[in-house]
Amino acid sequence: MASDLTTHDGQPLHKSLAKALRREKLRALVLIAPLLLFVLITFVSPIADMLFRSVENSIVPKTLPGTTRTLQSWDALGEELPGEEVYASLADDMMLAQELKIHTRLGSRLNYDQPGIASVFRKSGRQVKKIDSSAHLDGFIQSNEIWTKPESWANLRKNGLWPGAFPASSTAWSNWVRFMKSDEGDDVDLSEKTPSGLAYSALYFDLQKLSDEQWRQLTDSDNETTRAMFNGLREASAQFPAANYKEQFLDMHDGWGKLDNWRTLHRLSPPIVDSYYWASVDRERTSDGVVHKPENERIYVKLFVRTILMSALITLMCILLGYPIAYLLATLPTRTSNLLMILVLLPFWTSLLVRTSAWKVLLQQQGVINNILVWLGVVGDDGRLALINNMTGTVITMTHILLPFMILPLFSVMKTISPSYVRAAKSMGASDWTSFRRVYFPNTIPGIGAGSILVFILSIGYYITPELVGGTKGVFISNRIAYHISSSLNWGLAAALGSILLVAVLILYWAYDRIVGIDNVKLG
Amino acid sequence: MSSINGAAVRFEKVQKSYDGRNLVVKDLNLDIAPGEFLTMLGPSGSGKTTCLMMLAGFEPATHGEIFLNDSPINNVPPYKRGIGMVFQNYALFPHMTVAENLAFPLQIRKLPKSEQDAKVKKALDMVELGEFGNRRPIQLSGGQQQRVAVARALVFDPDLVLMDEPLGALDKQLREQMQYEIKHIHENLGVTVVYVTHDQSEALTMSDRVAVFEDGVIQQLSGPDELYENPQNSFVAQFIGENNKLSGTVTAVDQNTCQVRLQDGTELAAEAVNIQGVGEKTTISLRPERIEFDPKESMQNVVNGTIQEVIYHGDHLRVVMDVAGNDEFVVKVRNRGDQRELKVGQVHPLGWAAVDCKALDFTG
Amino acid sequence: MSKMSTLATAVALASTLGLGATATAADMPECENCADSMTIVSWGGAYSKSQLRAYHEPYTAATETEIVNDESSAEAVAKLRAMNEAGNVTWDVVDVVAADAIRLCDEGLAVEIDADNDLAAAPDGTPASEDFGDLLVSDCFIPQIVYSTTFGYRTDNADWNGATPEDICAIFDTEKFPGQRSLEKRPIANVEWALMCDGVSIDDVYSMLETDEGVDRALAKLGTIKDQTVWWSAGAETPQLLADGEVAIGSTYNGRLFSAIEEQDQPIAILWDAQMFDLDGWIIPAGLSDDRLARAKHYIKFATDTQRLADQAKYISYGPARASSAPLVGKHADLGIEMAPHMPTDPANAQNTFLYNYEWWADNRDDLDAKFQAWLAN
Repeated sequence: MASDLTTHDGQPLHKSLAKALRREKLRALVLIAPLLLFVLITFVSPIADMLFRSVENSIVPKTLPGTTRTLQSWDALGEELPGEEVYASLADDMMLAQELKIHTRLGSRLNYDQPGIASVFRKSGRQVKKIDSSAHLDGFIQSNEIWTKPESWANLRKNGLWPGAFPASSTAWSNWVRFMKSDEGDDVDLSEKTPSGLAYSALYFDLQKLSDEQWRQLTDSDNETTRAMFNGLREASAQFPAANYKEQFLDMHDGWGKLDNWRTLHRLSPPIVDSYYWASVDRERTSDGVVHKPENERIYVKLFVRTILMSALITLMCILLGYPIAYLLATLPTRTSNLLMILVLLPFWTSLLVRTSAWKVLLQQQGVINNILVWLGVVGDDGRLALINNMTGTVITMTHILLPFMILPLFSVMKTISPSYVRAAKSMGASDWTSFRRVYFPNTIPGIGAGSILVFILSIGYYITPELVGGTKGVFISNRIAYHISSSLNWGLAAALGSILLVAVLILYWAYDRIVGIDNVKLG
Repeated sequence: MSSINGAAVRFEKVQKSYDGRNLVVKDLNLDIAPGEFLTMLGPSGSGKTTCLMMLAGFEPATHGEIFLNDSPINNVPPYKRGIGMVFQNYALFPHMTVAENLAFPLQIRKLPKSEQDAKVKKALDMVELGEFGNRRPIQLSGGQQQRVAVARALVFDPDLVLMDEPLGALDKQLREQMQYEIKHIHENLGVTVVYVTHDQSEALTMSDRVAVFEDGVIQQLSGPDELYENPQNSFVAQFIGENNKLSGTVTAVDQNTCQVRLQDGTELAAEAVNIQGVGEKTTISLRPERIEFDPKESMQNVVNGTIQEVIYHGDHLRVVMDVAGNDEFVVKVRNRGDQRELKVGQVHPLGWAAVDCKALDFTG
Repeated sequence: MSKMSTLATAVALASTLGLGATATAADMPECENCADSMTIVSWGGAYSKSQLRAYHEPYTAATETEIVNDESSAEAVAKLRAMNEAGNVTWDVVDVVAADAIRLCDEGLAVEIDADNDLAAAPDGTPASEDFGDLLVSDCFIPQIVYSTTFGYRTDNADWNGATPEDICAIFDTEKFPGQRSLEKRPIANVEWALMCDGVSIDDVYSMLETDEGVDRALAKLGTIKDQTVWWSAGAETPQLLADGEVAIGSTYNGRLFSAIEEQDQPIAILWDAQMFDLDGWIIPAGLSDDRLARAKHYIKFATDTQRLADQAKYISYGPARASSAPLVGKHADLGIEMAPHMPTDPANAQNTFLYNYEWWADNRDDLDAKFQAWLAN
């Protein structure tokens, strides 16, 4: 009865053992702790960051808190522009955004999904300062002078219905506070000030939505000021002069009258969106649901497929070229094989750009290889081969660059294969080819597996070389990722593309594990 | 050149050089009879393994010809020679099961599946591994792997099996057991076996004949008893079994016997096996177990020795003595129970017959 | 297209000014509460060298400020954004192209500049905002040079039968001017040229490009030479391709062509027609501490004054962005040749030019780039 075994002091054996091993485990943990930390910081957290960025969209609701809220009740599928209330909250949000100089940043974010919208924000930024927000303010003041006094707002903000029943007003209030602090410094005294007309407009639209019960609470309040503020206001507000925010915005930029712009804003209101992923597979969300992008903008799926196919081709080329070299390295006498090994490693010791430039000199139409071919008469002077700036160029150079990653694992695996295996096979009657096929080759599969995984994954992520020698048909998805990272600054799309690439690699890895078995990978 | 009609294997004036400067095998002539168990014995670098590899076809002969059943095979690739082979580290294919390993040569020969299975089963039974067909070689112990290797070399019924130090990786006990098993298999199947080893006791126990290699030359080719009893030269005497060396000068020769004067003046009578003549130097070889502490009347040689060390070995004692200037002179004494009082420092007369004492080539 | 005539105006203005009063470093006001070292980011190579000699060396001599050079301008936008997110901006002054400056300004990553306060007036007292004129394309951008993307061609193309390209549409004329072309691997400039050569007037190009038909039309025109075109992404490629005889004609920056022709004596000539002007200049990153910001502004004021901009043209053939600098442009510092005729802004060269529409491209670049790349990949 194993479970009943005890040590001399009566402790169950398995407990004693666990205790004895705990020290060992702790020691081991301490030893790997630096590495664990390193991997966490340099590997896990960037990936987590990438995954987060690919869906993150908080810039929209943060920059336009009021607008994104009021837009929720707008019918995005209809053919009508949003109502006055939305434009009012837009005016309020934009007023703060331009003060904080974050409206253009929002514009460039939205521009990824709606070309042209960036300049709508950029150009409106300056003009929004001049917006006329007096209509509702005047109405309030006419209704009761108390609305000109700071205590009216102080009183309102102490009311039990604030902020729940006054969502627009509370947003407008906090926008105004932030505006004032940015404009006049953090220690500005707001107790003697009333907010701008934009806050009165927000209040106006909030009042329209109050229920009879809520009105009663306000008009029958124990608080005298509150009663003064709200008595008769409901009736008076029906007579308020009409606000013309919509008109002002349409004057400012005709982009505010485009349904597509508003639909984009509506679609991108949530803090987490899937738009980058749809863009990554050449699709977009429109009012008709998810649809293909127009034919002339589809590029990513094609690039993903091309990247994987070309990486596979490069891997295959590396196997074909690397296998015999690795075999030679493993079987030649040490001195010769060391020399050969140096030649194999030489590419490692030259910079990527130097190597790639060298390939240019060799491969271009007036280059060394073509000149030799013409001189030999293999091709005519007008029939020079296009060996660069196309897929051929990418495959040739990448194969060259990645070859050592195939040769080294192959070599180390082949080194462990005793020559007596092949001899044994031959002694049993197997011809050279049969003993290679049935005995030697199967034993090198772990090396091929390791080399292939290395080469394939490395080549999937390459972008400098394809950019320089790939022309237009030999570039990879990574080139687009690099473009979005460094040129277009569309990091969300870059992250989504990267995440998809990561998932693709994981799927291939999983498939490899299922077909070949990951135990069958030997790096040395 | 001794030629046997219908030899299974014949080496004819075979020479081998790897670097074009040194000969690893110098003028090898050797006939191996069908069904014979021949061992190539020698220290490492003596050329024995090279001979085996030339026979198997993995190394080309630099000069000369090798015959297999009277046909020259220099230009026959190894896979067409039909020779079974057992390698030093077994060379079992790690990616195949034991049964697949055994079936490999049969598949190559395109035998019907049923026949393959039968032969594999028979071979596994022969080495008492019937249950292990589905295991991978790595899951077997060293001895079991060894047996699989033997079975694989035999499963396709070759006439000739080559074994390249097959027991080198096993521990002593297992090695001895395997020696008997291989010997029995050889006797039962009647195949010709060429066996390479550097272990002289292995060679003596198993072989019909032993070829002792040194420096690319066969030093002596004879049966195990002959090899031990009548070594032809100092190297063989030294290499096979234990041996005491005494150096001296030949003072007289009388037919098969001669007189040798050692450096300290002692005169010994010895069998003249390999000497240059009177006045020439010679090395005398003498087996430790042929020396008696109580010299008999019939013993021509009686010499005093001083005991240096006594080592207890259970069934016998080894007494290291200083005899005629040689202080590593070993005497083996049977443990009869009536323990002699052998003490370090004692001086004892030792005696041996002239026939047990061979005068061989001088080695210094 | 209001920007179209900008350069012509600037050049005209420059020639009327025609005076060469030189402000010296000694005239500079002291920099108070300023950091005593700064990191300046630029493009590297001959361009950085020209800045080193024209700006950094005199500035260091006058103020004893330690200047650290960084050659990261190519990745400046992405790096500045990353620095800003990390809250640790290590650069003080960054040299970027105008389009990047607009982007940085939009993203809130660059400081807005008040030209008349922060920049030196011209020697005759013309305020900086007038001296730079329309070249102040962004609130954050201080223009430094005008360069152009234009075509170079080999002068020894045998199958051109002695013909020399006179106007931009020669690149689409494969009958008269056969051979490989090289064009930049991005839509900017290429689509404008394509439409111009397809009969669209330059003033209508951008409104045309806002429609799918316009884009299709531009790409169709480019399609006529697509299979004879090498697409470049680094400025050094075209001069090399021309020198190797890989292409017969190709676009690149005019400064690169100048050095291939004048410094390396390659058989290459420049086609100035329809050259596309672009601007390069400084921005100051947002998020600097007060002392570093003060130092950066002090440096900028010095480095973009009339004399300094004119000095830079001694080392590289790019036109100074100030109208008042043009008359001061002298001879090349090493070659000793007059630089004025090699300036893209020289009246002889600038008969037909266009400044690209930054605003339009900022809005439509990503969209058009996707279409362009999809077109290339097909």
